[in-house]
Amino acid sequence: MKKFALAGNPNCGKTTLFNNLTGSTAHVGNWPGVTVDKREGTYKKLNEPISIVDLPGIYSLSPYTPEEVISRNFILDEKPDCVINIIDATNLERNLYLTTQIMEIDVPVVIALNMMDEVEKNGDKIDVDQLSKKIGLPVVAISALKEKGLDELMKQAYAASLSKREGATVLEGTKLMHLINDCKIGLKHSGVDNALFHAVKLAELDELEVAAHPDSAKMVEEFKATFKDDVFGADFEAIVADARYKYISKNYSHALTKRDKGKDKVTKSDKADKVLTHRIWGIPIFLVILFFVFHLTFSEDLFYLGKMGVFDKAEEEAVQEEEVEYDSAIEEFCDGVTVESFFGLEEGFYSPGVFLQSTLGVFTDLIGACLSQALANAAPWVSGIIVDGIWAGLASVLSFLPQILLLFLFFSILEDSGYMARVAFILDRIFRRFGLSGRAFMPMIMGFGCSIPAMINTRTLADQNERTATIRVIPFFSCGAKLPILTAIAGGIVTLLGMGNADLITYGMYLLGVVVAIAAVILMRSTTMRGEVPPFIMELPAYHAPQFKNLMLHLWDKTKHFIKKAFTIILASTIFIWFVSHFSWNWQYLEDEQINNSILAGIGGLIQPLFTPLGFGSQLGINGWVFVVAAVTGLIAKENVIATFGTLGACLAGAVIDVEVDGGIAAVSAMIAGTGIHVPGLLAFIAFNMLTIPCFAAVATAKAELPNKKSFRMTLLFWVVTSYLVSCMIYLIGTWWWTVFIFAALWAAAITCIVLYNKGKIDFNKLKIAKKKE
Amino acid sequence: MEKKLNEFSVGESGVIKAVVGEGKIRRRLFDMGVTPGAEVYLRKVAPLGDPIEVTIRGYELTLRRTEAEAVVMEIKQ
Repeated sequence: MKKFALAGNPNCGKTTLFNNLTGSTAHVGNWPGVTVDKREGTYKKLNEPISIVDLPGIYSLSPYTPEEVISRNFILDEKPDCVINIIDATNLERNLYLTTQIMEIDVPVVIALNMMDEVEKNGDKIDVDQLSKKIGLPVVAISALKEKGLDELMKQAYAASLSKREGATVLEGTKLMHLINDCKIGLKHSGVDNALFHAVKLAELDELEVAAHPDSAKMVEEFKATFKDDVFGADFEAIVADARYKYISKNYSHALTKRDKGKDKVTKSDKADKVLTHRIWGIPIFLVILFFVFHLTFSEDLFYLGKMGVFDKAEEEAVQEEEVEYDSAIEEFCDGVTVESFFGLEEGFYSPGVFLQSTLGVFTDLIGACLSQALANAAPWVSGIIVDGIWAGLASVLSFLPQILLLFLFFSILEDSGYMARVAFILDRIFRRFGLSGRAFMPMIMGFGCSIPAMINTRTLADQNERTATIRVIPFFSCGAKLPILTAIAGGIVTLLGMGNADLITYGMYLLGVVVAIAAVILMRSTTMRGEVPPFIMELPAYHAPQFKNLMLHLWDKTKHFIKKAFTIILASTIFIWFVSHFSWNWQYLEDEQINNSILAGIGGLIQPLFTPLGFGSQLGINGWVFVVAAVTGLIAKENVIATFGTLGACLAGAVIDVEVDGGIAAVSAMIAGTGIHVPGLLAFIAFNMLTIPCFAAVATAKAELPNKKSFRMTLLFWVVTSYLVSCMIYLIGTWWWTVFIFAALWAAAITCIVLYNKGKIDFNKLKIAKKKE
Repeated sequence: MEKKLNEFSVGESGVIKAVVGEGKIRRRLFDMGVTPGAEVYLRKVAPLGDPIEVTIRGYELTLRRTEAEAVVMEIKQ
C-alpha cells in the first residue's frame, strides 16, 4: 500500500483534511523509537487504497521539539511515497518556510493550498499556477473544511508518487551553496540518503546532523573559520533562514495580490480579541469562563437556582418512605425512578453534565436490575461476581463518562476557537514565576478533567524539563474520577460532625492539590529540574468558530479510549477485587458479612501499619484495613476507591449500600462507624488518594511521555513520597495542632538549604570560570 | 533609529535589523519568521505587562520581553 504523509504548520487545517480524507478509518498507531501517537488512516477513492499518516504540526524541521524530530525522522526514515504539505493560504509566507525545508528531501511533494475560500473572502488573490511554477512543485487549492479539491489533491499526489523526485533547495546562489554542495558530495559518497537535506542541515550545524556525520561537520567548521559575510558574519543558521525567507518573499509577491494592508483592517477576530485579552478584563473574563465550564459540567444546582430559592416547595412533600416488599429487582428499580433522578428538581436543576450522568445512571441501574433478576436462581457466587463484581464496577466507571466528555467538549471548543492560546498569553507572566511557560497552563487545567489527555498535551512544551515537571504535577489537579472520593468523604465528614459544609471541604481539597502542584514545581525547578525558564514564542491563531464535525470526532476518540479502559483494566481489576474480597485463603466462598476473613482483608491488614502515620492505619483496629484496600484499588483506577467503599462499607454495616444513590456517603459513614476513624485521618485519606500514584492508565501514559525509564521511576517515587508526606502533615497537624511549628521549622530549614545550595552552586561556577581565565 | 523590540510601545512598528544571541531561542525566532528585513508591528501587551503580541509576516506572534530583547529594530522615520 502506498503511504502519503501530511505535514504542515500547527493549525493549518491538517487534522480536518486528515479526517475528511480518511473518514472514520483513523486509528492511533505507535511508531518505533518515540512513542507518540501519529494517526494513520486509509483513503479509498483511488484505484488502490492509500495509507495516510498525519504528522504532528511543525514550523520547521530543526531538532528542537519532539514534534519536529518525529516528523523529520518519519519523512527521512519511513520514506513515504508522497508528502502532502498543507499550507494555510491566509498565511502563505510563514507556511512556505517549512516547504522550503521539506523540498530538500528526496521525496515527491505536493502542496495543498488550504483555506483558499478565506483568502478570497478577504478579497485577496493567489495565483496557484504562478506559485507552482516558482516553487517547482504541484500546488492544489483546497478547502479541507468544505471538502473542496480533495479528490484533485489526491490525484496529483498519486501522480507525483509514481516518479522519483530529487531534493531541490532555494539556497542556490547564496554564498553557502558551495559548502552545501561539497557536503552533499561527501555524504553521497558514504552512501547517505537524502544527501541534500543532510548537507543543508550540516551547514547549519544542526545538533542531530553533527552527531550523525562528525567527519562532514569538521569540514563545515573549517569552512566557517575562513568565511566572512558583511551582514551575518559566519552565522550560517541566520544566513540559511534569511535566504529561505528572502526567496519566499520574492516569489510570493508575484503570486499574491492583497486588496489592502491587513494591518489597518479590523476583523471580527480583532474585535473579539480586544475584549478577551483586555488589559483589565482579560483575567476576570478568563476566570468566569473557567467557572462556567466547571459549573456546567459538575454542578447539581444549575446557576444556583436552587440556592436562590426558586425550588423552595416548603417541606410539604416530605413523603414518608414506606417499606415496600418488592417481588423482583426490576420492580424495585422502576419504583425508584422519578423525574428527580433525571433533572434533580428537588434542590435545583442539574447542570447538563450531572443530567447526562444521572440519565446514564438510570440505564446502568436498569441493566443491573435485569441482570440480578435473570440470575436470581443462580449460585450466589455467580450472581455475585456478575452483578456486584463486573457490572457494578463497569457501571461506576461508565457513570463518569458523560462528565469527562462534556469537559472535553468545552476544552475542545476553547482550543478550536483559538482562545486557549490567548489564555497562555495572559497567564505566561504568572507561570514564569514557577519556572514554567504559559503553555503549561493548558495541560494542567485539562488535568481537572483527566490526566491522560493532559499528559499527552504536554508535547506542546518545547523544554524537556518543563515537560517532565508538568507531567509530574498533572495528577495533583484533581481529575473527574477523584471527585467522587472528595464528595463522598466530605459528605461522610459532615454527617459525622453533624455540621459543616461538604462543598467547602471539596473546594479546599482542590485548592490543596493546586498548592501542592505549585510548591512541587518550584521545588523541582530549583533542585533536580533546574534550568532556564523555557522560551515563550508562540503563534496566536485567528479566532474562528469551532467545527461541529471535528468536535464530534474528537469526542468519539475520547469515548473509545475510555470505554476501552473500562472494559480492560478496570474490568479485570473489579473481578480481581471482588474475587479476593469474597474468597478466604482456603478458597471458601464468603458472604458479604464475612469479609474480614477474606484474602483482601489479610493483605490489607499486612500493609496497614504503613499507613499509621497518615491516620488510617493500625490505629483503626480490626476493620481498619478497608481504607488501605480502597486506596490500593485506587491505584488501578480512582473510580475503584468509591466502588470499593460500596462493597466494603456494605460488609461492615451488614446491609446493602448502593453507592450510586447518595454518591457513597452512606458507605463512608458505615466505614467511619466500623473503624472509628477521626476527621484528620479522613482528610489525610482524601489527600493521599489525590496526590499519590494516579490510575493505571495515567501511569502508562506518563511512562510513554517521559523521556526515559529513570525519570519514570523517579516520577513514581515522587508521587508516593509527596502523597505520604502531605497526608502525614495533614493528619499530624489535624490531630496535634502544635506539630504545625515542627513542620514549619522543617520546611524553613529545607528551603534555606536549597537556596543556599543554589547560591553556592552559582558561586562555585564563577570560581571555575575565574580559574579557567587565569 | 535603532531600538530593541522590547522597548517598543503598543502601536509602534519597524523593520528587523538583526537578531542577536544564540542557540535555541534564536533558532525558534528564525523559524517563526523573525528574520532581518521583516516588518514588525506591536499590537498588544498582555494584562500583566508581559508577554507582547506582534504582527509579523501577516500573522500574530507572541513572545516575552526577554526574548524580544534579542531583536534589534530599525524604525522608519
